[in-house]
Amino acid sequence: MRETPRDVWVTGIGLVSSLGEGVEAHAALLAPAAEPAPVLDEAAFAPYVVHPLAPIDLSKQIPKKSDQRQMEGWQRIGVYAAGLALTDAGIAGKPELLDRTGLVVAAGSGERDTSVDRTVLEKLDGREDTGLLAKEILPSALRPTLFLAQLSNLLAGNISVVHNVTGSSRTFMGEEMAGLAAAENAVRRIVAGQGELFLVGGSLNSEREDLLLGYELGRNLWRGPFRPVWARRQAGGGFVPGSVGAFLVLEARAHAEARGARPYARIAGVVSDRSNRATGEARASGLRLFQSLCGALPRAQLPVLSGASGVEPVTGEERGFLDDLRAEGFDPVVRAYGSLLGHGVEAHLATGLALAALAVSRGGFLPPSGGLDAEHRLDGSPGRVLVTSFGHWRGEGLALVEAAGGGEAR
Amino acid sequence: MTREMRDNKGRRVVVVTGTGVVTSLGLGKNENWTKLTAGRSGIRRITRFPTEGLRTVIAGTVDCLDVGPYSAPALTIAMAMAAAQEALGEAAIGSAGSFPGPLYLATPPAELEWPQRRLLWEERAGDELTGYKRLLAAARASRHEELEEKFQFASAAEHLARRFGTRGLPVSVSTACASGATAIQLGVEAIRRGDADAALCIGTDSSVQLEALIRFSLLSALSTRNDPPELASRPFSKDRDGFVMAEGAGALILEAYDSARARGAAILGVVKGCGEKADDFHRTRSRPDGTAIIGAIRNAIEDAGVRPDEIDYINAHGTSTPENDKMEYLSLKAVLGDHLDKTPISSNKSMIGHTLSAAGAVEAVFSLLSISNGVVPPTINYRNPDPDIPMDVVPDTSRSASVRTVLSNSFGFGGQNASLVLAAL
Repeated sequence: MRETPRDVWVTGIGLVSSLGEGVEAHAALLAPAAEPAPVLDEAAFAPYVVHPLAPIDLSKQIPKKSDQRQMEGWQRIGVYAAGLALTDAGIAGKPELLDRTGLVVAAGSGERDTSVDRTVLEKLDGREDTGLLAKEILPSALRPTLFLAQLSNLLAGNISVVHNVTGSSRTFMGEEMAGLAAAENAVRRIVAGQGELFLVGGSLNSEREDLLLGYELGRNLWRGPFRPVWARRQAGGGFVPGSVGAFLVLEARAHAEARGARPYARIAGVVSDRSNRATGEARASGLRLFQSLCGALPRAQLPVLSGASGVEPVTGEERGFLDDLRAEGFDPVVRAYGSLLGHGVEAHLATGLALAALAVSRGGFLPPSGGLDAEHRLDGSPGRVLVTSFGHWRGEGLALVEAAGGGEAR
Repeated sequence: MTREMRDNKGRRVVVVTGTGVVTSLGLGKNENWTKLTAGRSGIRRITRFPTEGLRTVIAGTVDCLDVGPYSAPALTIAMAMAAAQEALGEAAIGSAGSFPGPLYLATPPAELEWPQRRLLWEERAGDELTGYKRLLAAARASRHEELEEKFQFASAAEHLARRFGTRGLPVSVSTACASGATAIQLGVEAIRRGDADAALCIGTDSSVQLEALIRFSLLSALSTRNDPPELASRPFSKDRDGFVMAEGAGALILEAYDSARARGAAILGVVKGCGEKADDFHRTRSRPDGTAIIGAIRNAIEDAGVRPDEIDYINAHGTSTPENDKMEYLSLKAVLGDHLDKTPISSNKSMIGHTLSAAGAVEAVFSLLSISNGVVPPTINYRNPDPDIPMDVVPDTSRSASVRTVLSNSFGFGGQNASLVLAAL
């Protein structure tokens, strides 16, 4: 594709997951001889499996203990990853740049204090009085800071407070669609000249019973023992939540060049749609999006980082979509990165974009995780990566990440 | 073929061709505007749940829509549907179930409430499991599709997208109490980019449930002046003591000027400019020097390409909290200077309370009605002016005025600040 000053460059990556923190820890997953294995906790929330966050020293990105105390897990993870991305991009601590950095966050529900909820439920147990909650229980059980952990936009709010990102601040919601809306919003604003510099991403804390409850009400969770994403279909499917914080600094090429920032990659486009999800509709929606985004690409091997969650029937629809790419003359070489890191829901697409940017800049790719024929070997190194996002309930989207021309890649 | 109409920055002009509104004053623009300009209050005692023992027992609840047993998502969706239906009827755009553009929805975070949590708990009566282990066991034991569907974050937008046939990914946004303005900004930007010729922008919020009320109360954000309820919200008064939680929805149909003209649509006004700025001072308080609020207002005026002295009415955020009203005044003074002294400003929240995620959209609808009708609604309950906030707050009764250009402010927790400039064509 033609390159322009309004190309969207990835100039910073902040990643923290079950497999470690930072660019190098995650780039190592893409090295030729790498044989990464998922890190799992199958006991704490049995029968559910989660990918717990790797141990991190919060004070490296959130120096004030008072700030740490004002947040719950999902916010700490996100603020930490945001700090990594800003540092990586050379923006951290530069007021002139932070003052016009737009913050675009994908967020889900905030976090509840499950022990408070447990106390309340036990006090209510078997008592009929409907006035009890107001009269006796809730006013003493709740505390002010909890509320701020529950507001979706308070991940963004905490990033502003801790890292001084103040250009603008928008939080998108809607499970996987939140991630799509966030990435698409930042990319389109850059291309159209509505902004130059953005911090985009989200976070998920998988080690939360309240989060598990929300998804189990819809029977969306995989009940152990662990299997890779593509190998869950026979047992009904389901996702394994993975703790992750994923942020990218996206920047107009001209802006990056002017300040001497080097790109990992460029985002050639993000496209999205919503189908009603009758049989075949998500697959068809994906193919339409693919034709609009990738129709002009050479018919050859196409590295794909699939955001498949393992939830059925949509993961089956994505298999069908990948078959359709073959019918179009492509040879998709697929890796479901959720098999390794778990499903990050709102943060999953940003995680995929970060891995794709690293794949393109380092010339490596994830090893196959099994369960799908299309997880075969990639010849050579990836010059571009397609990232898929089929929401577990709604929303279909694709992003194309390519090597950034012109600039000296990192 | 004539050249497309552009603004003074060379961008497509974004106009409003339909609006709709629901608040505690009632359903639809007629009822709302009649009561709003008559200085009527929609604030009342809460009857939805027992309030005995609570410090605040009043709110601007929306009780005119029948949604069966109350749940926040059910009412959030119903209000948004009603507002959007009214806006679409006025704009007469697309066809039934097919709107030719995207949906931008400002909506509060969705979460299970105590009635649902308690229901799950009781499904496992006698179970030895405790806490969430027991709730999860209930979730595993039987299907709860209705709960799942309602309390997914994507749910409200999904209902609206299906009903109105909007295009593409339905977008849900939260910038706390600035969300409604942000939804409008998203629509404006999409049309300016040429990504869409029309957009359906909605803000909706029905957060008057027990836990949410207690949370705001614990933050000392709410008025405790319960009796009589209609006197509690008193923006810019010396004795203001907090905001009053309220519910509502506002919907706007945005269109590129040329598309609207081409199909002969009546144009209600122009969204001339949008501005935003994030605050890094504190999670719930703004910078003492007002820089972030000033930034948002300045950015909106600059984006609109107007001079500060062209603003002839301000639809204030005006929550009636000690902090907000003071900071809003200081920031307006910094941007408008002496022009502020001559500019009427009023707070709809004196009558409808604070509709939270919906406020920016609801108040944009009322701002456009001020432009169309040449009437500025009052700030009621202004009996005891705050001498530190010397402004023309249009006390108690509405006023006729030629209103061409309105500044509408929305500020929220998490350092969210957004302002809109709405104008006559």
